[in-house]
Amino acid sequence: MTTELVPSGHPTALPPANSGFWGRLPVLKQLRQSVGLQRGMLVAGLAITAVFLLVAAFAPLIAPYGFAQLRDDAGPFGAQQPPSAAHIMGTTVGGYDVFSRVIWGTQTAVLVIVVAVVFSIFIGILLGLVSGYLGGWLDRVLVVIGDAVYAFPSLLLAIVLSIVISGGQSSLWGGIFAAALSITVVFIPQYYRVIRAETIRIKAEPYVESAKMLGASAPRIMFRHVLRNATRTLPIIFTLNSSEALLTLAGLGFLGFGIEPTAAAEWGYDLNKALSDVTSGIWWTALYPGLAIVLAVLGITLVGESLNDLADPRLRTRRRAKVRTATAAATTAASTTAGPASAPAANTEEKA
Amino acid sequence: MNDVVEITDLSISFATDGGTVRAVDGVSLTVRKGEVLAIVGESGSGKSVTAKSILGLLPETATTEGAVLLASRDGSHTNDIISLSPSQLREVRGTDVSMVFQEPSTALNPVFTVGWQIAEGLRAHGKVSKAEARREAIEILRKVGIPEPEVRVDHYPHQFSGGQKQRIVIAAALVLNPGLIVADEPTTALDVTVQAEILDLLRRLRDEFGTAIVLITHNMGVVADLADRVVVMYQGLVVEEADVKTLFASPQDPYTERLLDAVPRIGQGRVHTAEREAARAVAREARAAVGESALAPVVEASHLTIDYPGRFGRKGFRAVDDVSFRIAPGEVLGLVGESGSGKTTIGRALGGLTRITGGSLTVHGFEMLGFSERRFKPLRADIGFVFQDPAASFNPLLTIADAVAEPLVIHGRAESPRDARRRVDELLEAVQLPRSFGDRFPHELSGGQRQRASLARGIALEPSLLIADEPTSALDVSVQARVLELFAELQREFGFAALFISHDLAVVDLLADRIAVLYRGRLVEEGTGAEVLDHPSDPYTRRLIASLPVPDPVEQAARRAELASIQADSRGR
Repeated sequence: MTTELVPSGHPTALPPANSGFWGRLPVLKQLRQSVGLQRGMLVAGLAITAVFLLVAAFAPLIAPYGFAQLRDDAGPFGAQQPPSAAHIMGTTVGGYDVFSRVIWGTQTAVLVIVVAVVFSIFIGILLGLVSGYLGGWLDRVLVVIGDAVYAFPSLLLAIVLSIVISGGQSSLWGGIFAAALSITVVFIPQYYRVIRAETIRIKAEPYVESAKMLGASAPRIMFRHVLRNATRTLPIIFTLNSSEALLTLAGLGFLGFGIEPTAAAEWGYDLNKALSDVTSGIWWTALYPGLAIVLAVLGITLVGESLNDLADPRLRTRRRAKVRTATAAATTAASTTAGPASAPAANTEEKA
Repeated sequence: MNDVVEITDLSISFATDGGTVRAVDGVSLTVRKGEVLAIVGESGSGKSVTAKSILGLLPETATTEGAVLLASRDGSHTNDIISLSPSQLREVRGTDVSMVFQEPSTALNPVFTVGWQIAEGLRAHGKVSKAEARREAIEILRKVGIPEPEVRVDHYPHQFSGGQKQRIVIAAALVLNPGLIVADEPTTALDVTVQAEILDLLRRLRDEFGTAIVLITHNMGVVADLADRVVVMYQGLVVEEADVKTLFASPQDPYTERLLDAVPRIGQGRVHTAEREAARAVAREARAAVGESALAPVVEASHLTIDYPGRFGRKGFRAVDDVSFRIAPGEVLGLVGESGSGKTTIGRALGGLTRITGGSLTVHGFEMLGFSERRFKPLRADIGFVFQDPAASFNPLLTIADAVAEPLVIHGRAESPRDARRRVDELLEAVQLPRSFGDRFPHELSGGQRQRASLARGIALEPSLLIADEPTSALDVSVQARVLELFAELQREFGFAALFISHDLAVVDLLADRIAVLYRGRLVEEGTGAEVLDHPSDPYTRRLIASLPVPDPVEQAARRAELASIQADSRGR
């Protein structure tokens, strides 16, 4: 704003330097922005999550045996065998290879997370947008339903739904959908709430009023002007919910409402079966699936939490300028990112 | 020693996402005892940051260099603010220097009584009994001119008006009687008539308490009214420092000159008004020649009333009360009033954003009372709207070209934003923005550029009526001048009728053919600029005009006396 007095040859506000497409992707942008401890957290989270996803993708190559395999050419594995060269994490009480089941378990976990989060995001966003923008009786009814779902203990609700949905079936996809949909129902109100609150806020923004002034139709305003602005916080909820979905899945499996061992490997189920082993000194059947759950949840949560911190300018740490190099840094900033005038202008705007 | 503050070679940098930004660059200045030093500059000039460094109130991301020497109240010693520890800083704040913030309604905590908040400073600096703190609070409230301080001390902030709240903020700053008060835009959030009162109070502080004041402002009128000495800042540098009379009479730096030139003054618009009236007469004749009805107004309001519904069991609020006016084709009506006068409500009603509840309002012959959106929609193509805050009126995720193309797409003039690009480029050129700006996002433009893009969007469909709601109040004065010029140019070129809403009489005078003054929802005066501004008949208009500080210290002193007599007059009656 300051530069208006300067002759027009002077570039006033150059676009901020971004590295094209990659620099604008949600997670990578934050990675570039972060410094110090926040960066460490994000990098650690991303690394763990990447390993988790890679293992899921290449499970058939990594796992030495199938998830429901009880014997190989040398004969049956035997139950509760301690770790050995053939079974590096030992075998379970049911005679499965622990290592293979931990590896295959990542696949189940990823599938459930994807299905659950995708379903809940789409339904939640649509409901939130319509209910927030249109308001009225529809809004009131949906809010009450959302609150009612909140009032249930989420695991209990998931159990009831998994019984209703699966009806005793135990196929891979049947089990995954049962688990995923029961998680979906618990999560929809979360997305719905967030999007609705954002929509109600954005509804009063001058740019929506200006669209109204121009005579834009309600669907056009909702999807062109409100939707994309309302979904900014979603990557954060998305990651945080993913870890919660994983925990719910493990919880369901642990309580015996999960997927049958012959249909897919599932950590919660294995933990359940390892319960009696722990007291008799057999540690490997419980330790490894447990570790897998902890690591996967930790990785995703780290990503989510650091995205959350980075999204908030008040929580985001920035590279401090050393006093001596300040002049040099300021000149480089001027040449690469923004005019020296426009930058402090933006600064004051923030304060105002 | 005679200096309250001595700043030597102060440099402040901020760590931002885009790298380090130097906000203040080698600034040196001094504030003498009992003097008002105004620091003027536009947003981003570093004036606020400089002043806040006197209190050590910079955010964590700031890196400071140089020295800020602050004298203690009794003058016995000085402290270098920059090297003080947090606990030492706390000692200094309140006792040696204190601050008055811009927005009084957010500077006060709504859940505590004002008395408690004033006493907070006393409690922070030594033990005082409750009764004593209360006595002191009452005393200071009386000094800043709050009536019945014994009763009002127990009231909460929401029970006070905006001007009174600012008085309370000043009282809280004064309670420990510091040698220096830093006032950061103390009157920007206030109405003109209230501003005059607060400036009066600040002047009394200087004269009666001997308090030095650092006044940060962008309003040259305020500077002329209050300051003794002026420091002009531009892009983190001090470009000029002078005595107030010298600065206004013979500015040395070219930047200062341009800044002073850009300030709108009442009476500048007369020439243009006459020109436009002549042009309109020609247009009327031309239209009459082809047999069109020349006199059908674009907008006609008669006994217009707008109520906002109250909560259950409470009476609604009447925002606009029995207002009648008309806007002829090609005519600019300036709507002036303070906050809460209903001027924005009228603008929104014209655009169909707020429903009217009584009387009649016709826009292009369409009755707005009980209108249906579907029947009104085709008419929207003929109404442009420019919003107050250019930063907020653009969807942050659409490029400027997409945003300007929106009206074309919505009203079926183009298939898609890409389709409309040629027309968008023409429009951007019309508002003097380079075509390449179409590919930028709103945050990549400065405030003035954004407001020009907003004008481009407003005129995209070549409407015959443009509603501009405070289009320049969020802009710096030099930017404002350019945007107003552009507005006048576009109006000449496209010949639209306009409703120009503003709280600034001088701005309205520049553009409007006729001026309507609103006060508490009622239209108190309407007429041409010359009629309203030179011979105001309504006491409120007279007070409004007298309250407007002019950017000339000598003339302003004379006007101050005039205002005092008007106020005494209205009090006497």
